[in-house]
Amino acid sequence: MGSRWSPYDNNGGTCVAIAGANYCVVAADTRMSTGYSILTREYSKTCKLADKCVLASSGFQADVRALQKNLSAKHLFYQHQHNKQMSCPAMGQLLSNTLYYKRFFPYYAFNVLGGLDNEGKGCVFTYDAVGSYERVGYSTQGSGSSLIMPVLDNQLKSPSPLLLPAKDAITPLSESEAVDLVKDVFASATERDIYTGDKVEIVIINDVGIRREYIDLRKD
Amino acid sequence: MEAVKQGSAAIGLRSTSHVVLATVNKTSSELSSHQKKVFKIDDHIGVAIAGLTADGRVLSRYMRNECINHSFVYENPLPVGRLVVRLADKAQVCTQRSWKRPYGVGLLVSGMDELGAHLYYNCPSGNYFEYQAFAIGSRSQAAKTYLERRFESYDKYSGEELIKDALFAIKETLQGEVLTSKVCTVAIVGVGEPFHIVDQKKIQEMIDAMEVTGEAVAEDEQGDDYSTRGATSMES
Repeated sequence: MGSRWSPYDNNGGTCVAIAGANYCVVAADTRMSTGYSILTREYSKTCKLADKCVLASSGFQADVRALQKNLSAKHLFYQHQHNKQMSCPAMGQLLSNTLYYKRFFPYYAFNVLGGLDNEGKGCVFTYDAVGSYERVGYSTQGSGSSLIMPVLDNQLKSPSPLLLPAKDAITPLSESEAVDLVKDVFASATERDIYTGDKVEIVIINDVGIRREYIDLRKD
Repeated sequence: MEAVKQGSAAIGLRSTSHVVLATVNKTSSELSSHQKKVFKIDDHIGVAIAGLTADGRVLSRYMRNECINHSFVYENPLPVGRLVVRLADKAQVCTQRSWKRPYGVGLLVSGMDELGAHLYYNCPSGNYFEYQAFAIGSRSQAAKTYLERRFESYDKYSGEELIKDALFAIKETLQGEVLTSKVCTVAIVGVGEPFHIVDQKKIQEMIDAMEVTGEAVAEDEQGDDYSTRGATSMES
């Protein structure tokens, strides 16, 4: 009776992504924890998989790291074969397949993939641990997701994917407005979620390229 | 081995900081496009092939695989020397099994690692050697003679100077035909410079600069006895 050894651990953290007309914002906090302790305050949960494609994952960081390495290697193969970078929707499908491949011993990773699609519009894909995914206008995963998602729903009001004719999921907000919104939601989540805090790493992808911002959060 | 000798020329040159590969693009007819003879294997390794290009493509795929797997496990680029050994062992297997045939392609493997710049030649036999400069394929002897005269000074050359010399060597193999950037492919890898194929425009500019000064000096050199002249005598 009692606690059995588990191959998994939850290192906490929260990830957010918002798609815009010609940009995409992907953000994650930088705190890595285990149980009630903090392992480090400066761990990056984001990974650039392709020129216009960034993955943010919370959950078990060892699995996350393995997943990132896996996808980067697969991307190299793709580049050798096709002589070009993978598009974000293609990477989205690849991530789904990679996750489902381990359906019976899953990657304990809750992913949010953000980038620009082939037309240069922002796209965000949200996943569960075994690869079920959907393209959305914004999403959040991780320990603070239940605190952040309702705020994004309220501010970004994405049309239902069930509507016909299909409406664009892109938010009308400008890039700087979206970044400000991300800073606000992280500040709010940090207040009540013990696993979120220290710093938030914000990655902004647009036609010019990729840039990063770091904002301090409450460290308690 | 015969297949390699009949393929169109490929040459490689190395200094302490850079390695340059150059190939002659032979087309089977005026209507067709030329075959790809230079392959990027990883950021730090590239190959030029001579012989059966299909075999070259397959071996390139194998090498890319090895590099990716090594990077995945060790999070470090695969040292060139190790890749070359694996390639050689793979080639050797085909020489000892009766139901297989040897790979009909010679590879010039150029790469950078912690120990510096490297240029290797892999034969279909499974043998491999490291070189300062080498040429393979048809009419490569002309290029080899040219390189033999000049290789001793290569260590200190910059990337640009190596490319210029490579173009001269390619010119030797063409033996009379006009050298233009369409006829050749040049690739370079070096310290702080990942492997890449040099832009056609840049090559054409270098060729044009060469034509002006190079021809006069090249005639001079051939008139001389075969004493090794330093790099300073040639325009740089």
